[in-house]
Amino acid sequence: MEHLVARNVCIERGERPLLANVNLRVAPGEIWQLLGANGVGKSSLMRALAGLARLGVEGTIERDSSVLYLAHASSIKRHLSAIDNLRWHPSCAIRDDRQAIQYALSEVGLAGFGEQPVANLSAGQQRRVALARLLLTDARLWLLDEPFTALDSAGCEWLEKKISAHLDVGGSVVFTSHQPSRFAGRQQDLDLGRHAVA
Amino acid sequence: MQSPETSALSLGGAFAAQFRRHLKVLLASPSDALNPLLFFLMVVTLFPIGLGPDPERLAVMAPGILWVVALLASLMVSARLFGSDYEDGSLEQMALAPQPLAWLAGAEIMANWVVSGVLLSLVSPLFALMLGLASHAIPILVLSLLMGSLSLVLVGAIGSALTVSIRRGGLLLSLLIIPLNVPVLVLGTNAVTEAILGGNSMSWLALQGALALFGLALAPFAVAAALRISLDS
Repeated sequence: MEHLVARNVCIERGERPLLANVNLRVAPGEIWQLLGANGVGKSSLMRALAGLARLGVEGTIERDSSVLYLAHASSIKRHLSAIDNLRWHPSCAIRDDRQAIQYALSEVGLAGFGEQPVANLSAGQQRRVALARLLLTDARLWLLDEPFTALDSAGCEWLEKKISAHLDVGGSVVFTSHQPSRFAGRQQDLDLGRHAVA
Repeated sequence: MQSPETSALSLGGAFAAQFRRHLKVLLASPSDALNPLLFFLMVVTLFPIGLGPDPERLAVMAPGILWVVALLASLMVSARLFGSDYEDGSLEQMALAPQPLAWLAGAEIMANWVVSGVLLSLVSPLFALMLGLASHAIPILVLSLLMGSLSLVLVGAIGSALTVSIRRGGLLLSLLIIPLNVPVLVLGTNAVTEAILGGNSMSWLALQGALALFGLALAPFAVAAALRISLDS
C-alpha cells in the first residue's frame, strides 16, 4: 500500500493559480524528488502533502499516518540545547531517551555539543540537529524540504546514506533539492515545471 | 544501537512535553519573561511622580492603576506568544501533531501564564505597597490578578494567533484584544476596591474565576482555529 497518494492536486497562492493536476503515488521503498525553478511551488506542494496547507489546495491527498515533515524552517529553538530540542517533536513520535539522542547527535557529527544552546552552533550544525530527528523516529514517510541546504559535503553524504538506509527498510521519501539526481538509478522525479500554471 | 521504540504520547504526556519545552524556552531568555515585570515596575513608579505623593489619593487610585498596568503588560506577553514558533517552524509541527492543536497551544498558553501572570501576581504586593494600597486588600489583589491574568493571556493568545502571520501586527493585536479585556479590568478593579472599602469581594472574584474558566474551556479552540488560518495564509 502506498505511503502517499496525491490525485489531481491544484494549488493556489493567494488568488494566483500555481500548480495544476499534480499526481503522485509514493510506494514503500520509493524516493521522489520535486523539481522546479524557484517559486514554482515546491514548498507549497510539500506543505500540502504534509497536510499543512488547506486553503487554496484542491484535489485528494492521502498519506500514511506515520509521517515526518522537516521544513526549511526546522523547528529548532535557538535558546535550547541540542538535547532539549530533540526531546520533543510534536508532529511525530520521537524517542525521548537521552542515550538515543546522544547517539543521534554523534551520528550527525555533533558529539559533545548536546548541552550547548543551539544558538552557539553554525547554520550547518543547526541543520544537523534538525536532521538528527531522522534517527529518532520510526516514521515511514519522510517529507524533506531542502534537506541538503546548509550541509557540507560530508553532511550531504551522511544524509544520502541515511535516506538510502531508510528506503532499504521499506520507508519512503519525498524531498526537494536544487541539485538533480542525488539518488541516481533509484529516485524518481516530479518536474513541477510541467504542472506550473503560467 | 538498541533504543526504545517510539510511541505517540498520550494527551497528558504531550501537554506536559509541550508545556515543559515552552517553559524552558521562556526561561532560557529571561529578558522576555522579565520585560513585563520591569514595565510594571517602571509605570507604577511613575504614577506617584505624575499624580503627586499624597498616599491617600494614591491608595484610592491603586486598584485602577495596578489593573490597567497589568493589562498593558499582558499586551507585551501577547505580542510574542506564537511569534517565534511561527518563524522557526514549530507551529507547523504542532499543527501536524496527532494531538489536537488546541491542546498543544493550551500548553503553551499555560506556560506563558506561569511565567508572566503568576509571576506578576506574586510580586504585585510589592507594587501595591508602593502605591499605599491597604494591606488587607493585598490578598484580594493577588487572587484577582492570578485569575484575571489567566483571562488576559487567553484573550491575548487569540489575538496573537490571528495576527502571527502579519508583519508588524502589534497595533492590530492591541485593537483586537484591549476591548475584549475590558470586562477583566472592570471585575479586577471592583474586587480590589470592594476589599479596600471593607466589603465582600468574593462575588467579584467568583465572576473573575468563572470568566477565566470559561476562557480556559473555549479560548484554546479559537486559538487553534486562528493558528490554522495563519498557517494557511
